[in-house]
Amino acid sequence: MSVVEDRSLQGAAGAKRPIRLFRNPMAKIASIPMILTAMVVFVGGTLWTVVHSFSGSKLLPRLNWVGFDQYERLWETPRWLISISNLALYGICSLILTLTIGFVLAALLDRKIRGEGVFRTIFLYPFALSFVVTGIAWQWILNPDFGLQNLVREWGWESFVFNPLNDPDTVMFGLLIAGIWQGSGLIMCIMLAGLRGIDEDIWKAARVDGIGTVKTYIRIVIPMMRPVFITSLVLIASGIIKLYDLVVAQTNGGPGISSEVPAKYVIEYMFRAQNLGQGFAASTMMLVSVVIILIPWAYLEFGKGMRIMHFLGMIALVLLTLAGFVAVVVAWSFSLSLLLPLVGFLICAGALTAYLRFVKGHIQHG
Amino acid sequence: MKLTTKLLAATAMVSASAASAVELEVTHWWTSGGEAAAVSEFAAAWNATGNTWVDGAIAGSGGTARPIIISRILGGDPMGATQLNHGRQAEELIEAGLMLDLTDVAEAGNWADIVNPSSLLEGCTLDGKIYCVPVNIHSFQWMWLSHQAFADAGLDVPTNWDEFTASADALEAAGKVPLAMGQQGWQQNGAFGVMAVAIAGQDAWLAVNADKNADVAAGPEYAKVFEAAVAARAMAANTNVQDWNQATNMVITGEAGAQIMGDWAQGEFSVAGSVAGTDYTCLPGLGVNEILDTGGDAFYFPVNDDPEITAAQKELAALLISPEVQVSFNLAKGSLPVRGDIDMSTANDCMQKGLEILAAGNVLPSGDQNLSADTTTQIEDLMAEFWSGDMSAADAQTRYAALIASAD
Repeated sequence: MSVVEDRSLQGAAGAKRPIRLFRNPMAKIASIPMILTAMVVFVGGTLWTVVHSFSGSKLLPRLNWVGFDQYERLWETPRWLISISNLALYGICSLILTLTIGFVLAALLDRKIRGEGVFRTIFLYPFALSFVVTGIAWQWILNPDFGLQNLVREWGWESFVFNPLNDPDTVMFGLLIAGIWQGSGLIMCIMLAGLRGIDEDIWKAARVDGIGTVKTYIRIVIPMMRPVFITSLVLIASGIIKLYDLVVAQTNGGPGISSEVPAKYVIEYMFRAQNLGQGFAASTMMLVSVVIILIPWAYLEFGKGMRIMHFLGMIALVLLTLAGFVAVVVAWSFSLSLLLPLVGFLICAGALTAYLRFVKGHIQHG
Repeated sequence: MKLTTKLLAATAMVSASAASAVELEVTHWWTSGGEAAAVSEFAAAWNATGNTWVDGAIAGSGGTARPIIISRILGGDPMGATQLNHGRQAEELIEAGLMLDLTDVAEAGNWADIVNPSSLLEGCTLDGKIYCVPVNIHSFQWMWLSHQAFADAGLDVPTNWDEFTASADALEAAGKVPLAMGQQGWQQNGAFGVMAVAIAGQDAWLAVNADKNADVAAGPEYAKVFEAAVAARAMAANTNVQDWNQATNMVITGEAGAQIMGDWAQGEFSVAGSVAGTDYTCLPGLGVNEILDTGGDAFYFPVNDDPEITAAQKELAALLISPEVQVSFNLAKGSLPVRGDIDMSTANDCMQKGLEILAAGNVLPSGDQNLSADTTTQIEDLMAEFWSGDMSAADAQTRYAALIASAD
């Protein structure tokens, strides 16, 4: 009898006040360390960086306020402006070409060709190389004296000129070739997985209706692969923003300053020029520009049926990603130990994935 | 008898310090052949005192090593001693109380009298206290000329900058690159600085670099320097190398007529077996204005809690500037010693020229001592853009003057 009473009491309490915060208590306890890490290390680190970008910090961080001086100087510096326009050029080209090439390769492999496994492996292999190795390999390939140009000339085409890395107008395309070579294999694999997920019946139905292969891809398959495209887009976009090691290895910003990128500006002004304030201002601008681009996208993507809490969550997510990047760079430069930032980054990535699932789950159910 | 005295001296030294044999980790970025040989002279001298030299070489240039060194000091893991360029690089570390005050060692060793030029010691001094020990002098004001390249073009080796520019066309006609120039900002900025001292003269250079006088930077003397730089840019247009030693190699092989580079280039010539005077000629101050800047390397000693280590640090500081160590180190490094009272008669032609200029007192403080790392980086960025593009002399000068005006 007492048991029954207890149950009814619990039921009554539950009916009175269903506190969502205490649902799945174990899962929430388990995620406390990550929440703390995110709040202290990433959000805290971001705020610290933004605050110090208004200071005149040189070698050591200090809070001697200079207002917007660092930002004024930043936007008057030709190197920063060149960095921004380089990143925009690289970003747009890389986004379009990687998606196109990745999808075309995947579609070709999807036509049930012989030796698919071999081609898939070949296309994916570049992704296993680090950006540093990729950069140096392509620096050699594009070197006019013993690379591609020399090879074609030895074949007999004496006047052949292909020397993108030594010309300020074309150097970004030299970087682009290496970046796409490295990145399109992964996108191809993701696209291929997406294509394999398309039901065979769809193809049969399209064939019955007499729709051509290309038209089927464009009109039916691609719209069905929307989530796959979004995943690819996020992967490519994050790769673009953190473009740094490829440039350092392949051109080191040259010739002159014609292939500089924002991340390199941040690093060099923080450590080589011993001007932390300027570096912080530049990294804050990177954060702001990404937020400006991503918030409308996040709103469009998750906007329908998304409550204000989730919208704020999305903003936090964007901030976290960027803060993660900045934290990794700073930790790497300061501690020399790759392990710590790597672990941090993995935790961060895991948390982001979990959070995305959580948000998506809520949208689907709500 | 000589041997006996040496042995006695050695035992005396060992017994003097045996009570406090200390391991000191010394970080530096001297990793090329000649540089490593020079460091081993330091290490041998220190080990001979009964202490232990723990070598902390950091590969890569100063740009790579400095952030590592600074982050270790800031992170509470200080090394026993570290190389840095004297000047403003360590200023904030000293202000933050992270560097050991060496004033007592300096007074005991009478550094104020023996260090020549005295600007080296001034670079180590902040608020009347001395924080580093200068170990050598490196100057940028040298032009290296290839005898072979000029012989191939049927010309005499020029003796100054004007003769050199006049011979550029003939060199080009003979298939040579007149001026080898590595495509990196610091090299381009260095060469520009050398041209400024030679062409605009010492007073204008000092007004711009030491007093940050933007009017002089925008004025007619510097306009001439920028005109000369435009001409030099055309002469260097066919250099397709990045690193300074690759550019030096073009001079060694006779592929290029000349290179403007600091005296560390001499190490490359001697490794290649070239002889000063017969295979190559060096022109300090471009043969126009024989003045050397006096940058160089210095050792700093981060503050340590352990009194035994602090004592050893001071002992090492005194050792690095002692006459014997100065001679053996600088002969291996190819740099000039920081004291004028020692015998350097075994040095080669070019080093002798440098010693004479030092003795005559024709010296300038180096760029590192005048401009902060921040300003230097901004100017290097400008120079990288200027040398690799087609920016006009007037535009470059306007931007240069603006950077000088905002220098801190």
